[in-house]
Amino acid sequence: MSSREDILKAISQNKPALVESPAMPVYPDSDQTSVLEQFIQTAELIGSKVIQLKDWQEIILEFENAKANGKFVVNTISEIGTPDVSIDEMSSSVDLEKIDLSFVRGQLGVAENSAIWVDDSNLPNRLLPFICQHLVLVVEAKTLVATMHQAYEKINTFKTGWGAFIAGPSKTADIEQSLVIGAHGARSLVIYILS
Amino acid sequence: MEKFLKPVEHAVAAEKFISDEARTNWHDETLWFVRAKRDKIVHKLPEWESLRELGSQIKNHALSNLDTYLLAFEKNAQANGVKVHWAADAKEHNEIILEIARKNNVKKIVKSKSMLTEECHLNPFLISKGIEVVDTDLGERIVQFRNEPPSHIVLPAIHLKKQDVSDTFHEHLHTEKGNNDPQYLTEAARQHLRNKFIEADLSITGVNFAVAETGGFVVCTNEGNADMGAHAAKIHIACMGFEKIIPKAEHLSVFLRLLTRSATGQPITTYSSHFHRPRKGQEMHIVIVDNGRSKQLGREDFRNSLKCIRCAACFNTCPVYRRSGGHSYHNATAGPIGSILNPNINMRENADLPFASTLCGSCTNVCPVKINIHEQLWKWRQVLTEEGYASSGKTAGMKGMAFVLSYPKVFRFAGKAGRWIIRMFPGLVNNTLNPWYKQREMPVAPKHSFRDWYIKNKKA
Repeated sequence: MSSREDILKAISQNKPALVESPAMPVYPDSDQTSVLEQFIQTAELIGSKVIQLKDWQEIILEFENAKANGKFVVNTISEIGTPDVSIDEMSSSVDLEKIDLSFVRGQLGVAENSAIWVDDSNLPNRLLPFICQHLVLVVEAKTLVATMHQAYEKINTFKTGWGAFIAGPSKTADIEQSLVIGAHGARSLVIYILS
Repeated sequence: MEKFLKPVEHAVAAEKFISDEARTNWHDETLWFVRAKRDKIVHKLPEWESLRELGSQIKNHALSNLDTYLLAFEKNAQANGVKVHWAADAKEHNEIILEIARKNNVKKIVKSKSMLTEECHLNPFLISKGIEVVDTDLGERIVQFRNEPPSHIVLPAIHLKKQDVSDTFHEHLHTEKGNNDPQYLTEAARQHLRNKFIEADLSITGVNFAVAETGGFVVCTNEGNADMGAHAAKIHIACMGFEKIIPKAEHLSVFLRLLTRSATGQPITTYSSHFHRPRKGQEMHIVIVDNGRSKQLGREDFRNSLKCIRCAACFNTCPVYRRSGGHSYHNATAGPIGSILNPNINMRENADLPFASTLCGSCTNVCPVKINIHEQLWKWRQVLTEEGYASSGKTAGMKGMAFVLSYPKVFRFAGKAGRWIIRMFPGLVNNTLNPWYKQREMPVAPKHSFRDWYIKNKKA
């Protein structure tokens, strides 16, 4: 453990005099209408599809349709139907790789970048939103906030073991800066916003 | 440990890069396009400048209390069930990873992009020990197939054209010859890498931000490769330079707003993953690396460089980087910020880098945490020259200039002689022996100096 002591010692000898931590400014939240508008606009700009709904009925229909079409669909939201128990923490990536479509609840959405917060409490397995071919996230309109500052006030990153902001489908521009949707993760992201 | 090859000097490597003029222009324009995207998106945020200032101040504070924050981070991470390791240098970093791999009988590793592991030359080390290491970021995978280092910290294969990628994939993934469609090529990589994710025993990721308050860390990707690797493998190792520490989770809001807007002009990366505890049945490790960073912390003039959040905005805007390519900087981190960080690690081998700049200040202007990049490059030039690391040509030139500029009469004579020679015998200066003639036309020499003109016209 000597490197640990050496590093800490070197840092304490070489660090500058203490500088106070800046106060975090208060960023005022915008009104809900403009937050919703901005969220939708940003989401569409980065390749997500947004559908606004009044209740769960239409999502349930989508889910049933996908299943009827023979797709391997995983539901994790109790409002849609009994959550799929075949997927859990111990599911192997080989099995998860076969999933076509997953339905996952998002805790909140951020208007400035259309990122949606999802953590362990929303998922039976952390790999699910990445390894499925297509992803559906459901958020309630009342959870939308303007910026990342308000988002961090509302979420607790530490509450579960893992959580992520997900903004759009997996993408890359590594080949001559050409944008390609569907790198390793989900090839598409559909966001249902429940009012 | 892989031997460091004696690097080719930046100017020599750049000369090779720019010999293909069309490609140089394309490289320049492509990066400028990214810089323009950055401008467009940051101007949408009225609070952008105050956000930069806030990011800079948080980093100043974090650096001034770094040891305390690292200890808090360690304590909290351990309480979360994460194993924390400390590495003084690249060698120790690599050995810690090898030991974890050996203990668990690991044969296959997937890695998401981590410039720190590039800095430590982890891949060749593990491969030499018989372990398969696959880079999973598309750009990194492309350069790995080609046996090249990445040329940019955010866009690792930015120096390559579609045709190059197509040829590389044809050779390694047996894709159709001549099919240059990025969609087709990306799909081939997706299929290939999905198998690698599923087979891997261990996943290595970098760390974008480590939070002292919670003992957690954040990893940002657009492709989702860090998450695919980390959630599929039974062991996850995250490698971080110790300067990645920020005090609190609420500070993440500032840095996540700054990072991707500066990097690629996106509002945020597709995935910003917050890791705190391993999942059931998983092992999670964090390796905290020094490798020269504590020394840089002690260099007052260069300490600010440790605030860097690796967005590469300074690369994309740099007129020298855009026209010389990342490989000419012969280090994992190229561009203006690399030219400050690398002389700290090895002065002799990186003495050329601070001179690979016009000192125009564009890098400083776009830096999201307000690092005074061009001033530090200028300071490095002074330090390196004083320490005797500047090239002999530069040293002789500077000595000559110092002599000429110290004696007004000599200065006047030299000016007169120079003007006369350029007028009468242009061939003496317009030849390749004169470094100023390379890629440039020499100016037309006036008959008289400004001083002559001034004396003559002063009275009028």
